[in-house]
Amino acid sequence: MLVALKRILKSSWVGFRRDGELALATVFILVIAASLVTALFLSREVSQFLISNLQEKMDISVYFKENATEEEVLNVKDELLKMSEIKEVKYVSENQALESFIERHKENQILMESLEEVGDSPFLASLNIKAWKTSQYGTISAFLEHPSFENLIEKVDYFQRKSVIERVFSLTAAISKTGILLSLAVVIVAVLVTFNTIRLAIYNSREEIKIQRLVGASNWFIRGPFLAQGAISGIAAALICLLAFALICWTAGPKLEFFFPDLSLFNVFTKNLGFIFSIQFLAGVGLGVISSLIAIRRYLKA
Amino acid sequence: MIKFQSVTKIYPAHAGALMIVALEDVSFELSSKEFVSIVGRSGAGKTTLLKLLLAEEKPTRGQIFFDGLDVPQLKPERLPQLRRKIGAVFQDYRLLPTKTAYENIAYIMEVIGSSDEEIARDVPEVLEIVGLENRANNFLAELSGGERQRVAIARSLIHRPEVILADEPTGNLDPYHTLDIIRLLLKIQEMGTTVILATHNKDIINRLGKRVITLEKGRVIRDEERGRFIL
Repeated sequence: MLVALKRILKSSWVGFRRDGELALATVFILVIAASLVTALFLSREVSQFLISNLQEKMDISVYFKENATEEEVLNVKDELLKMSEIKEVKYVSENQALESFIERHKENQILMESLEEVGDSPFLASLNIKAWKTSQYGTISAFLEHPSFENLIEKVDYFQRKSVIERVFSLTAAISKTGILLSLAVVIVAVLVTFNTIRLAIYNSREEIKIQRLVGASNWFIRGPFLAQGAISGIAAALICLLAFALICWTAGPKLEFFFPDLSLFNVFTKNLGFIFSIQFLAGVGLGVISSLIAIRRYLKA
Repeated sequence: MIKFQSVTKIYPAHAGALMIVALEDVSFELSSKEFVSIVGRSGAGKTTLLKLLLAEEKPTRGQIFFDGLDVPQLKPERLPQLRRKIGAVFQDYRLLPTKTAYENIAYIMEVIGSSDEEIARDVPEVLEIVGLENRANNFLAELSGGERQRVAIARSLIHRPEVILADEPTGNLDPYHTLDIIRLLLKIQEMGTTVILATHNKDIINRLGKRVITLEKGRVIRDEERGRFIL
């Protein structure tokens, strides 16, 4: 058994070396397949990062009437925190709102003069609410519209921001859906192209397979070197692909950071290195071996 | 040891090609350690007969037995065992083009599970017997027709099979090598191997003085113990 395994491995390595251009073509196709899968994973990571970044910036504010006491506002905050949709609620008092306004507009003479003219703080106490998902803002807003809050709440700015929130929501949903469809399409194309390349390579060897059968080789003794050769091509493809993506992420990362300052592509790559190599390895070796297994089947039938 | 019982092989008509009756009601028996020549014109059915014995083709009618096994009825997974008992020299060599002369011969030993030491000992020896010791590491494309034929012969006998099927084994050889190969086949037979030689080389048959089965249009027309080439 071990001797047979050793011979199969040796024969596949010799075959891989001798096949030359054909072996290179197979590796090249497997590199493309593994690259498509890797690119898909990285783009999913990047788009998820951008979506969560965008969602992070989304919030709604609920403004309380002038007569609402701090205690009442904090009660509403506690009620809100009981909701599973809520990620964070921040209380902003009248004074904090004023201070933050002054801080932001201290350079603007006209605004500062107008503020002095008004005298008292014209700002209302508010709660700044962040939900886990963009789609949850509607539910939160509906909760705040409950009649029990009518005497406390001046306005909820969900309706002013509704169109933006909905746009972000539909955009992120569309990106996710497109991502899934694209993934499926890419995987199907990668599988078909790889299978056909390997099928052609094995078709080239059909006479050889026939001879091997005629001289008494068992199906596994014939099949083994083809499968091992598929695996060798897959490993080579995975290594090439890993190196290529390391280079791409390293060189393209800083350029991407120029547009999205918080996004470091190289960090995403290194953080997921193990997983990326695993999917490249699985894509390369899996496709190589399974395609060989299917392609050789018809030549091993009696 | 080998028995053909009313064997008929018909290749059905297809896409404009007519039906071919390659063998018709062929019956004969071969005992162990026998040397038999199958003679006949091109298309007489010699190669088909050998293909049926190797289970490369199935007969349309009739039965073929090898060591008591019903060859056409063998399950695919049992075919390798049958084929390992037979050493075949094909008319078109059927060597593995991506392997060297040495590797082609060693492949059979690997298939039957010989050890590396046995392979390293026996392959050079058989290469020497067929006069190819200097061509061991050459690929088939680098060998002449005669050299390829000798590799095929070396491959057929390396694992000491029970039967050697030789389909025109001297077709591409010069008279000097032809004689050598025939002597070699006779020696192998003397050592206990059954040899089935399909040829249309009149000189060889007449010199051998062994059993001759003559085929004509797929039928056995003569089967003589010390036969001659008569067509």
